[in-house]
Amino acid sequence: MTKKTKTICSIIAGLVIAAFIFYVGEGVSSSSMLRTVLQLGTIYALVAVSMNLLNGFTGQFSLGQAGFMAIGAYTYAVLTIPVDKKANVYYLYGIADSLANVEIPLWLGIIAGGLLAAVLAAIVGAPVLRLKSDYFAIATLGFSEIVRILVGSSPFNRITNGSLGLNSIPGNPSYYTPFIVAGICIAIIVLILTSSYGRAFKAIREDEIAAEAMGIRLSTHKQMAFIISSFFTGISGALLAMYLGAITSTTFPIMLTYNILLIIVIGGMGSVTGSILAAFLVTAAKEWWLRFLDQTMMIGDFQVPLLRTGFRMVVFSIILMLVVLFWRKGIMGQKEFSWDGLLNLFKRVKNRLWGTKKGGTLNG
Amino acid sequence: MDNVKPSVLRLEDITMQFGGVVAVNNLCLEVRKGEIIGLIGPNGAGKTTAFNVVTGVYAPTNGALYLNDNLIIANYPRGKMKEFYQGENKGKYTKSMILSPDRITKMGVARTFQNIRLFKDLTVFENVLIAKHMNIKANIFSATFRLNRKEEQWMREDAMSLLQILGLDKNKDDIASSLPYGKQRRLEIARALATKPSLLLLDEPAAGMNPQESDELMHFIGRIRDDFDLSILMIEHHMQLVMGVCERIYVLDYGIKIAEGNPAEIQNNPRVIEAYLGVDE
Ligand SMILES: Nc1ncnc2c1ncn2[C@@H]1O[C@H](COP(=O)(O)OP(=O)(O)O)[C@@H](O)[C@H]1O
Ligand SMILES: [Mg+2]
Repeated sequence: MTKKTKTICSIIAGLVIAAFIFYVGEGVSSSSMLRTVLQLGTIYALVAVSMNLLNGFTGQFSLGQAGFMAIGAYTYAVLTIPVDKKANVYYLYGIADSLANVEIPLWLGIIAGGLLAAVLAAIVGAPVLRLKSDYFAIATLGFSEIVRILVGSSPFNRITNGSLGLNSIPGNPSYYTPFIVAGICIAIIVLILTSSYGRAFKAIREDEIAAEAMGIRLSTHKQMAFIISSFFTGISGALLAMYLGAITSTTFPIMLTYNILLIIVIGGMGSVTGSILAAFLVTAAKEWWLRFLDQTMMIGDFQVPLLRTGFRMVVFSIILMLVVLFWRKGIMGQKEFSWDGLLNLFKRVKNRLWGTKKGGTLNG
Repeated sequence: MDNVKPSVLRLEDITMQFGGVVAVNNLCLEVRKGEIIGLIGPNGAGKTTAFNVVTGVYAPTNGALYLNDNLIIANYPRGKMKEFYQGENKGKYTKSMILSPDRITKMGVARTFQNIRLFKDLTVFENVLIAKHMNIKANIFSATFRLNRKEEQWMREDAMSLLQILGLDKNKDDIASSLPYGKQRRLEIARALATKPSLLLLDEPAAGMNPQESDELMHFIGRIRDDFDLSILMIEHHMQLVMGVCERIYVLDYGIKIAEGNPAEIQNNPRVIEAYLGVDE
């Protein structure tokens, strides 16, 4: 394929995706599953790409995503809930005086969510990133739980509204907001990954000792990756709050992190396009195709066993386990989507289906 | 003493102990500007460990290390530190000094590894480009938004010219682990040179090569010393290989330096012959 054909293909693909998003936005009823999957999938795509930056590209296995999303979501919510609705939201505990008259523009709220997540990452990162990989995973998991518990605990009642959570959170100004915000963020992440710093991150993933011998300071680079990843995770949290309109501390359980992990493992650790693809696949499966697993089903008088609320999550965990055990590379491995790759795939499939009849292929 | 070349690397009483194993025992060693020095000895003699101390991977359990006559690593526990303080540099150092490997690389020491440590899943070009990262001026914001185009271009040109010198330019976009063994070794040298070292440490660069390849490599090492204005410290397990290219040779056995001198002296040294006797040669 020549460069020109590839560019044309990419432009066409981009237009098709944009047209599809536009079609779902304008032509499909607002309660449609397709809409949910697209919007939620986009948010998951952003958090998955952020997680991949740290876990897949830098090789630091973090499980703190839910916590950083909670920070982003709560920051956005606390700062943007309209002043006149605050009395209603905080009816039980009242609101902290300093926050009573705060209402910042939505875009600023989103950025603030990312920034606070980044600041907290900077604070916990220094000690936590010194830990060896398993302990780092455990520590970030612990951090996530601590955030979740603190956010729902009584000392923060007048900020986070304790166990009641927050509602009346300003939603997306338009159906297109998540696509635009996530699109910009993912573009920035791609720019980071293809810069000299991104190469240094990959070097750390490949071999820490060799990276250090090349003059790359491990501590600062790991810290950078952790902060950047947390920043965009915080932003995705803000987007989630925007999408949901109401949040409590239970919106951000460990299970959320596992979902995102499932996405990046299925998509391929170290592949941005893989994460995006898997984000939509997993969201569609979870919110749509596998919904039936949560509903009791009767065939005549016979009740199909196992199908009840929560079974969907069991199936999900099993998928995660199977993927990790047998399909470590995921859809894309460490590669990115390319037209040549797609063409090769078509050729391979074609050879499988029709090529074998003409005797074995040359390349085996 | 005017005609003596300046010292690039000096080890004083370096000892590295792992539990009960004394891998390097009171090693004194010096590399002067422009020299190619051999560090030889049977397997397990402590050669790689000595490299790991020089590059900051391990902090020595005892001893001091100077780069260009500046003390950069020092550790004199068990009362020896006091002794250290009495010298002419009295009051100049704290108790123990250690530096992380990246700092030592920035001071101009580059190395290769005995069991090749390339960035396996990255391309040949990326491998070399990564070594140019340490001197980057742009911060992460300007690098992200491509405000450092000139710098990036300069890094790429530099990396590319190194690949050409090492004869790897045709393999530029290959994945590092897909290269044949000899080329992987050369790529490791290219990557080390990309950090612009003044001292290059080569850990068994000819391992796994056939006699002709290793002969070529030894010539090549002499050439890069001249072209890149380097001093080189080279580990080699096989004695004969280094004889032609090294000016001086240190011999380690069980962590202890048993001989030093020019190739002719080493070749005829009874202790060296004894150490190598019965070793698979
Ligand atoms: N990290 C370590 N922990 C414990 N023992 C080690 C370590 N590194 C090296 N050694 C020991 O030190 C000795 C010297 O090893 P090494 O320096 O690799 O030898 P050489 O490179 O000369 O073949 C060996 O006995 C080895 O087992
Ligand atoms: Mg060795």
